[in-house]
Amino acid sequence: MTEQIIGLLGQGIWETLYMVLVSALFSYVIGIPLGVLVFVTDQNGICRNRVLNLLIGGVINFIRSIPFLILLVLILPFTRLIVGTTIGSTATIVPLVVAAAPYVARMVESSLKEVDSGVVEAAQAMGASRMQIILNVMLPEAKPSLLVGATISLATILGYSAMAGFVGGGGLGAIATNYGYYRYNTEVMLITVLLLVIIVQIFQEGGLRLVRRIDKRIK
Amino acid sequence: MEKEHIIRLEHVSKQFLSRNTDILAVSNINLEIKRGEVFGIIGFSGAGKSTLVRCINLLERPSDGAVYFDDTNLMDVSERTLRDTRLKMGMIFQQFNLLAQKNVLDNICFPLKIAGMKKEKRIKRARQLLELVDLTDKERAYPAQLSGGQKQRVAIARALATNPEVLLCDEATSALDPITTKSILELLKKINQEYGVTIVIITHEMQVAEQICDRIAVMSQGEIVEMGAVKDVFLNPQSETARKLILPDNQFDAEGIAKRVIRIAFDGQSSSDPIISQLTLHSGEMINILGANTENIGGKAYGQMLIQCPESAEALEKIRQYLTEQGIHFEEGGTIS
Ligand SMILES: Nc1ncnc2c1ncn2[C@@H]1O[C@H](COP(=O)(O)OP(=O)(O)O)[C@@H](O)[C@H]1O
Ligand SMILES: [Mg+2]
Repeated sequence: MTEQIIGLLGQGIWETLYMVLVSALFSYVIGIPLGVLVFVTDQNGICRNRVLNLLIGGVINFIRSIPFLILLVLILPFTRLIVGTTIGSTATIVPLVVAAAPYVARMVESSLKEVDSGVVEAAQAMGASRMQIILNVMLPEAKPSLLVGATISLATILGYSAMAGFVGGGGLGAIATNYGYYRYNTEVMLITVLLLVIIVQIFQEGGLRLVRRIDKRIK
Repeated sequence: MEKEHIIRLEHVSKQFLSRNTDILAVSNINLEIKRGEVFGIIGFSGAGKSTLVRCINLLERPSDGAVYFDDTNLMDVSERTLRDTRLKMGMIFQQFNLLAQKNVLDNICFPLKIAGMKKEKRIKRARQLLELVDLTDKERAYPAQLSGGQKQRVAIARALATNPEVLLCDEATSALDPITTKSILELLKKINQEYGVTIVIITHEMQVAEQICDRIAVMSQGEIVEMGAVKDVFLNPQSETARKLILPDNQFDAEGIAKRVIRIAFDGQSSSDPIISQLTLHSGEMINILGANTENIGGKAYGQMLIQCPESAEALEKIRQYLTEQGIHFEEGGTIS
């Protein structure tokens, strides 16, 4: 393996981390409010609203049912509009966010579902407003579960980012495509796969350790 | 002058619309709770007690009727006013409902934070409350590290943080063992007596109501079937439900020995004391007096007494025989199936 390839892999790791982490950040910025909205507008929620609930739920399901590669191609004009280009890591962030935000919204929703409804009721009995309940009860009480969800979301986004490498995205996925698929360099391809596996492991392990540290329900 | 009652329910009903059937969980309830009293709502599971108490702070909005707090009909007020009123009504629950991710101090501070109190002030107030509930050494502990009784003490401190005038307790002791139950009830009694907090207690256990309540309402199928001073209801139940609650089907004492509860009514027999001694002699068993409300007028007894004796067919037969011989009216709790 040449020095050049090692350098390339190093850059691939950086690009991948950059794409995944920035996408995850934006996905959460969009996904948390969406997830909260679907949760609280539900039939048993604290801001019951059937129309809004069906609407948001519908949009989430619609986007989630489109295969990622197709979604990526479909929104190319949108991507160009936002970042000015459709290739490279920064351009990949746009479809990654579009695909991951609805996924994150469902993750957030399911974490909020785990929050004991009795605690929400206690807060209502204390005179808390809906906003106070969301910000001071639901989200803080769901924190460990939200973090578990985040580790799963990161792994999913990482998978998407590797797929994006096939169609002009950057990072390890692009290296695997260029060397393994087009130049039949199996060695490089296997190494990129191994690197991807290691990154997933680190996310997963790190996340779970953090959860164990912050979850006050254990011990 | 302050009004005598603090809470008044007028024709309150709550209907739940479910897929197939509509459930009338609370049906046309009229109720006045006096300032400073301990009021019990007692009934079997499913009677509508929780729904009724949740109608008091409008956690459940009645389908019909009026809920007055201090002469304000909460059904008419804005959401803002309702939330402000809820600050005057603390609530505790069977499952404690503490914030699992917050320590004891932060849990108690929580309602104060909601109410917009400054951080230093709320910590100061929370520490006072920790002292009141006798948990000063636990302020940094998390709910998962506490026993059931300790959790309920934290919940009580939290419910009292905003200095409420009323404390609503929904089965607050039902998840606790008898000894812890007693200590929690004593704490509630103290809060009632020393701070004048009006307490509404929901329970399915007659002993709980008997230990702490001034007046009780007995609920069955969404309706109040009997209401009165706890002593009167306890010793002379008028409704079928109250009778079943007081004379339960079977009871086991601390050693797991089955016990039978018997209610004896005296209407002018010689005197109550010799009768109990005679019962002990006749049955050869220990007889435990659960409660009594008898008066001696000219050496004759009037009133009722609740006794408990071991479940033994032989002893029971002797007791029955003796009471019948003496012409004393009595009722028994059900048999063990
Ligand atoms: N949110 C609800 N939706 C439908 N039915 C309910 C709801 N809450 C209570 N009920 C029904 O109302 C009745 C009274 O319940 P509840 O007030 O919890 O009784 P209790 O506290 O005395 O056990 C029960 O039949 C119960 O199934
Ligand atoms: Mg109940």
